[in-house]
Amino acid sequence: MTPNPAAPSPGAPGASPAAADGGAGTTGLLRPHAEQQFAAELAALAASDDRPRPPAWRLSPAAVVTYLLGGTLPDGTVVTPKYVGPRRLVEVAVATLATDRALLLLGVPGTAKTWVSEHLAAAVCGRSTLVVQGTSGTAEEAVRYGWNYARLLAEGPSPAALVPSPVMVAMREAQVARIEELTRIPSDVQDALITVLSEKSLPVPELGVEVQAAKGFNVIATANDRDRGVNELSSALRRRFNTVVLPLPGTPEEEVQIVVRRVEQLGSALELPEVPAALEEIRRVVTVFRELRSGSTLDGRTALKTPSGTLSTAEAISVVTHGLALSAHFGDGVLRASDIAAGIVGSVVKDPVADRAVWVEYLEAVAREREGWADFYRACREVTG
Amino acid sequence: MSAEPVAQEQVTHEQVRSSPAAGGARVRVCGVRHHGPGSARAVLAALESLQPDVVLLEGPADADPLVALAGAADMEPPVALLAHVTGEPRTSAFWPFAVFSPEWQALRWAVLHGVPVRFCDLPAAAVLAMRDDGSGTGEPEGAESGGAEPGPGREDGEPPRGDGEEHGDDGPRDGAAPGTAELLRADPLAALAAAAGYDDPERWWDDVVESRLDAPAPFDVITDAMAAVREHAPALPAAEEERETRREAHMRQVLRAVLKEGAQRVAVVCGAWHAPALSGKLPPAAADARTLRGLPRRRVSLTWVPWTHSRLAAASGYGAGVDSPGWYHHLFTSPDEPVTRWLIAVAGVLRAEDLPVSTASVIEAVRLADALAVMRGRPLAGLAEVTEATRAVLCEGDESALHLVTRRLVVGEALGRVPAETPAVPLDSDLRATAKALRLKLDPLERTLELDLRKDTDLARSRLLHRLALLGVDWGRAAASLTRSTGTFRETWQLVWRPELAVDVIEASVWGTTVEAAATARAVERAGEATLPQLTALVERCLLAGLPQALPPVLRALDVRAAADADVEHLMTALPPLVRAHRYSDVRRTGSGDLAQVADALLVRVCAALPAAVVSLDDDAARDLRRAVDAVHEAVGLWEDPRGSRLWSATLAGLVAVEPGRQGPPGLLAGRIVRLLRDSGDLPAAEAARRLGFTLSRGTPAPAAAGWVEGFLGSGGGTVLVHDEDLLALLDAWVCSLPEREFTDVLPLLRRTFGGFAAPERRALGDALRRGSGARRGEGRSAGVDEERAAPALRTAAMLLGVPA
Repeated sequence: MTPNPAAPSPGAPGASPAAADGGAGTTGLLRPHAEQQFAAELAALAASDDRPRPPAWRLSPAAVVTYLLGGTLPDGTVVTPKYVGPRRLVEVAVATLATDRALLLLGVPGTAKTWVSEHLAAAVCGRSTLVVQGTSGTAEEAVRYGWNYARLLAEGPSPAALVPSPVMVAMREAQVARIEELTRIPSDVQDALITVLSEKSLPVPELGVEVQAAKGFNVIATANDRDRGVNELSSALRRRFNTVVLPLPGTPEEEVQIVVRRVEQLGSALELPEVPAALEEIRRVVTVFRELRSGSTLDGRTALKTPSGTLSTAEAISVVTHGLALSAHFGDGVLRASDIAAGIVGSVVKDPVADRAVWVEYLEAVAREREGWADFYRACREVTG
Repeated sequence: MSAEPVAQEQVTHEQVRSSPAAGGARVRVCGVRHHGPGSARAVLAALESLQPDVVLLEGPADADPLVALAGAADMEPPVALLAHVTGEPRTSAFWPFAVFSPEWQALRWAVLHGVPVRFCDLPAAAVLAMRDDGSGTGEPEGAESGGAEPGPGREDGEPPRGDGEEHGDDGPRDGAAPGTAELLRADPLAALAAAAGYDDPERWWDDVVESRLDAPAPFDVITDAMAAVREHAPALPAAEEERETRREAHMRQVLRAVLKEGAQRVAVVCGAWHAPALSGKLPPAAADARTLRGLPRRRVSLTWVPWTHSRLAAASGYGAGVDSPGWYHHLFTSPDEPVTRWLIAVAGVLRAEDLPVSTASVIEAVRLADALAVMRGRPLAGLAEVTEATRAVLCEGDESALHLVTRRLVVGEALGRVPAETPAVPLDSDLRATAKALRLKLDPLERTLELDLRKDTDLARSRLLHRLALLGVDWGRAAASLTRSTGTFRETWQLVWRPELAVDVIEASVWGTTVEAAATARAVERAGEATLPQLTALVERCLLAGLPQALPPVLRALDVRAAADADVEHLMTALPPLVRAHRYSDVRRTGSGDLAQVADALLVRVCAALPAAVVSLDDDAARDLRRAVDAVHEAVGLWEDPRGSRLWSATLAGLVAVEPGRQGPPGLLAGRIVRLLRDSGDLPAAEAARRLGFTLSRGTPAPAAAGWVEGFLGSGGGTVLVHDEDLLALLDAWVCSLPEREFTDVLPLLRRTFGGFAAPERRALGDALRRGSGARRGEGRSAGVDEERAAPALRTAAMLLGVPA
């Protein structure tokens, strides 16, 4: 490791003392951390939890599962569900952390990977702020350690001049470190994790010391499985993780509900003029997205090709929001198929050749035949050309 | 074996409760879960400790003569006992056995130890007759749910997957069982599992019975539990209740008969539900005798047939079945460390597919499975846990790799074998009966058969042969017709009946009891793994074989494959056979509504994908695609579907529409498409002419121009040119209009195209040009008429005609 003074040091984002239980109230914050927001639930869970806890865990594995999936405690405390999805996924994730294996959460964008990792860390060790945000510019300092250069120059290498990374802090203090967007991190930086995960130690040759992980240290990484090709994990790193793939919402109704709720929130946040979000149009957008995503119509009769885009729920939300803005500013104030069409074509057709064929095929084979979809078909044909 | 004290206790128990007639005989009732490896292991242990002198099995009583075959060296499970009404193979029932079935283990044990075995359930003769009475003959073949082994299903005390039955008639009962009372009756184990705090009865059974490797036999507890459940179970509909009563009466009667014959130690292996009915003091025989009086009976034939794991598995649409026969097989056969051994086997499967799996990963997978089991409060990791571990560690979250494991290991395809001396299978009887009816002899001498499909008998013969071919029974081989007739109504076959075909028939009997049913099942099975071109071929074969039932699933598979296939050429090659099939299906009198629908969908896909596929092609690819376009064009013409034709011609027109800045298809293809559009009248002749001229003008590079003309005139286009004077005139006019230098440039290109025509075509073309150009030469001269020199002739003519000049 060669400290390069010229490199823009990203610093150590997680090194700032986390005000996990700082006395300051969380009301004025735009977004409190999980352990702040749900402090009461975590405390109640810990109080009623009588099952054995792995070393340094604040809760037993079963209680962590309850924290994520929700439930009612013996003392009557209601734990809200943090994640709505298959129970087995959460169980595998928690069991992985309990066997001191690192956990890799995979999924397309918008499947709550970061959300789940934050809450897992909050429940397991009460601290979700030891985060490395993976970007293509993430340097080794963010995974290992950096230097306070002023001190380094003034005093030479010393423990005081060392700036530990979130991972190093987690190792020392038996906490869970989170690594976001692991596949965006350059491969050579990813490799720095291998020693940490297999040897559970981080040597500091400049000082002739090493930091050995305390029992309870673990890593939760998230990665976008559409981006596998960006910086594909080496198989050496890959096999140090247990992989849990988070799926897209299971049923159309579930997804419609998610979209409706988010669209309302976004609408008020962006202060769009009031347009009643037509449930019918939202349902249609969700239907189109689900069908193209799954490669099959909802009734399972017709098989379809899938376009190159991810068509996540988040994109469906933006299509509807975009449509609402169009109809509010330029339309008649009612969300219509024509307001939706441009946005939906834009989010489906990412590749002008291959995706266009997929989209035309969908319009001709499915939309055209479907009852009550004539306006939608016409509007889309018009935009598609 | 710690079961000994239990057995001792049972002795006194039984002695107290047995009827005096039994006189101190020991009866051990083993209530099992069908196809449960734990039960099988427990049954073996119980047999070893009891050393019975008679073993009673739940199974059709008239199968007793077949017992000896179970000991044959070349008998290899999975196999099934098959009963069918003699001469009516459709009415049949199966009792499948896998290695890990307790009944099979008991059967093998008894045969190998020379202990007599009696099946004690209602005879198949009565089972099939009762079904006949109950639900009429219209019901498809399948095991009678009241049958011994297959029937037990839910009402029998096994978990839902308890046993295989094809379309047992307990479906409606399950469906109409919303209340707790009905649920209890339908699935008593669910009630027991719920009492034990499990949400999933199968996991409960696994934990309590199946996963135990060496715990004492739990049969007494099971019997007691079942007795309690039976007490509170709601009543069945009268017909079902009567059948159940009869079954248990029959079991008791057989037990009494065995005891009367002087048996001292009797082991009874039956579904857990029936255990209480056979335990303790038997009620007076008179009541049972009355119940059984006047049972309907039919003449049935019984035999062993080979079976497969996938037919045991629910995955094959089998209804109630074991969904993980491979896992059960593993549980039964692995001596110790089942989880570790299983995950090592999984690693083996993945490595065989070149997916790297290290031993370190296997260790981690075992740890995760164990941790999950602990978290879920299970004594041992079960299939759910090892599957999660496989997914998260060994497959790295990859579902397709997991599917592979499921197919190879969890279902673990295995095909059973039956010895040669097994009585004829119904498929064989059906084949022989059909052949006889169609006056076809199973003759080892080769002969040729000419069929005229317009005749009913010949049509039926053709279907039989096509069906057999689908089943891999190669009795007939399609041969080139001697008469080389053009119609679709002729077929020629070479028939040879080789003796080894009998083995093929036995193997094919896995698929069904009649040739038609078996061929249908086989076709559907094949559709699962076929590629797109294979699927179209399969559709044709299904039509040829007259298998309307197979068509929808095969077409569905075709549709799915077409959606996933990005290669437009594949799609285009798939379309013509479908259209052809659609056409001749009328000759063969097979329904083909679905066919049209799938062809329609296929055409839509072709039309959507074609524009992207025609650009940036090299010469060979363009040539291939031109052939495909021709084939589709012909198919669309044959189809006579107005919407399809419109869509197709619109697509073609779009391909050659001139748009600035857009790269069009290569010359060969463009020329061909213009020609097709011109021929179908979608492009005016004048416009086609303009394009020909445009393409052959100086701005176009010579090779492209050559390709265009070649495409436009098509292979074998000479004849068309001979007969199409407009086209010829167009070309001729263009050639004549060429300035001399350009003409010499273009000449080699034209020679290349025209050189491809056959000699007679070229000659005819020359003649036509001579004639045609003569006429045109006249016209051409008329433009340059010398008025002065013509004036005297005109005057003379006018005078002769009597008109003013």
